[in-house]
Amino acid sequence: MPLWLDLLVRVVAVMVGFLVLPLLVGQAEHKVMAHMQGRVGPMYAGAFHGWAQLVADGVKFVQKEDVHPHGADRTVFRLAPIVALFPYLIIILTIPLGPNGLVAQRLDIGLFLVLAILGIGVVAVLMSAWASANKYSLLGGLRGAAQLLGYELPLVLAAASVAMAAGTLSLPGIVEVWRPWWLIWQAPAALVFFIAGLAEIRRPPFDMPIADSELVFGYMTEYTGLRFAFFLLAEYVGIIVIAGLTTVLFLGGWHGPFADQLGWLWTLLKMGVLSFVIIWFRVTYPRLREDQLQRLCWLILVPVSLAQLVLTVAVKSLL
Amino acid sequence: MTVADILLLALGAVAVGAGALVVSSTHLVRSGLYLVVSLGAIAGLYLVLGAELVAWVQVLVYVGAVVVLLLFAVMLTRAPIGPSTDLDRPPGPSALIGAGVGLGLAALFVDAFRWIEFPRADPGTAEQVGREVFGTWVLPFEVLSILLLSALVGAIVLSRPDLGARPAPPAAEEGSGEQEAEVPA
Repeated sequence: MPLWLDLLVRVVAVMVGFLVLPLLVGQAEHKVMAHMQGRVGPMYAGAFHGWAQLVADGVKFVQKEDVHPHGADRTVFRLAPIVALFPYLIIILTIPLGPNGLVAQRLDIGLFLVLAILGIGVVAVLMSAWASANKYSLLGGLRGAAQLLGYELPLVLAAASVAMAAGTLSLPGIVEVWRPWWLIWQAPAALVFFIAGLAEIRRPPFDMPIADSELVFGYMTEYTGLRFAFFLLAEYVGIIVIAGLTTVLFLGGWHGPFADQLGWLWTLLKMGVLSFVIIWFRVTYPRLREDQLQRLCWLILVPVSLAQLVLTVAVKSLL
Repeated sequence: MTVADILLLALGAVAVGAGALVVSSTHLVRSGLYLVVSLGAIAGLYLVLGAELVAWVQVLVYVGAVVVLLLFAVMLTRAPIGPSTDLDRPPGPSALIGAGVGLGLAALFVDAFRWIEFPRADPGTAEQVGREVFGTWVLPFEVLSILLLSALVGAIVLSRPDLGARPAPPAAEEGSGEQEAEVPA
């Protein structure tokens, strides 16, 4: 295959994934939440079980007027949704789907890139919070920044544990050396990573920065139309990214029966199950209070991930 | 000129331009955001030079943590939207000193390194950086980590006045007890 065709196929594949997977997750969220709460959810749009609801929502968002509050810092206000969404696009480039190089961009230190890029999300939260010129937004943004800064530590430590176990920072490389017994060996790190990842994408029960019952809608309060849709899209892509990273780092990515032919299907299946769990969490748990949130991070997740590092080194040096 | 040269020049211009905006902008928070751009461009410079790991560490530590902490602190104290005209900042002398130091250093570097040709360094992969840090440079690395640890301990001690405090006279003790009661559990 010539280089340009190869490049084109990869870019198109990532764009399709970027456009389709969040919609699937969004639709799943509508339906799963509805069934868990004993209601039907959106049923009208598209005739069959409301499959076109998100498309209709998208059309509605596009039609809305682009409003910004009086006294807002317009440039920063407009830039923030893009800064929120863009990092996830880059992360999706690096998530391997299957064996034999079925990844948009193979990088030697993909794990490091992913962690670094995830950290940029905080800037978007602070930008949108401050530029809105709204006290609820600012409060939400400050909560968000404190949460994201805190939870980045266990996230990075848990990822470091699996990188040490695998002896590589490359995401496909980690999946290649992954063995099923790592499920037990790396179980604490997997839990810590998943929980901290949930907090990083500010999903319930970690949605203190948004907290609609006290802060209106946190740092997204003043956003309407397409810019608000960008934030929503960023949330759904965030679910994909966290599910994908947990799959790749801790659940063995494409490993499974017939991995050579069906590896991509296994990856997508595991990501789907994890996305379902993320939605399930939202329906199940009440929102954590700010002090509970920080307590969970610093008193439970950080010590557990440090202990996991010691365990990883001990087992690794015994082998 | 190769592609790498052009990229270096462009990223350098972005870094210097954004850096100049950091100090010249009258919008407090925007200054912080310009710092994000400047540090990001420097990460780009590292990438072009083949130091992949250093580039991502730069993004992780500086863009993701240091600047955010800075913005966070600014927003907790005073972060007006729009220009702050009351900033105490005489433009003349500082511009002169800044430009003078910048130009002087640039001239010095150009003069010092113009005649020397360096062999192209190996790409800074994680493996190589790890070997260097934990082989040749392990002592400075450990000393630095002790420095950071002592800074951490110092921060904790400074933020908790109840640690190692001398027993206060009875009258003051009452006051401190009241203060403690005010802290929400």
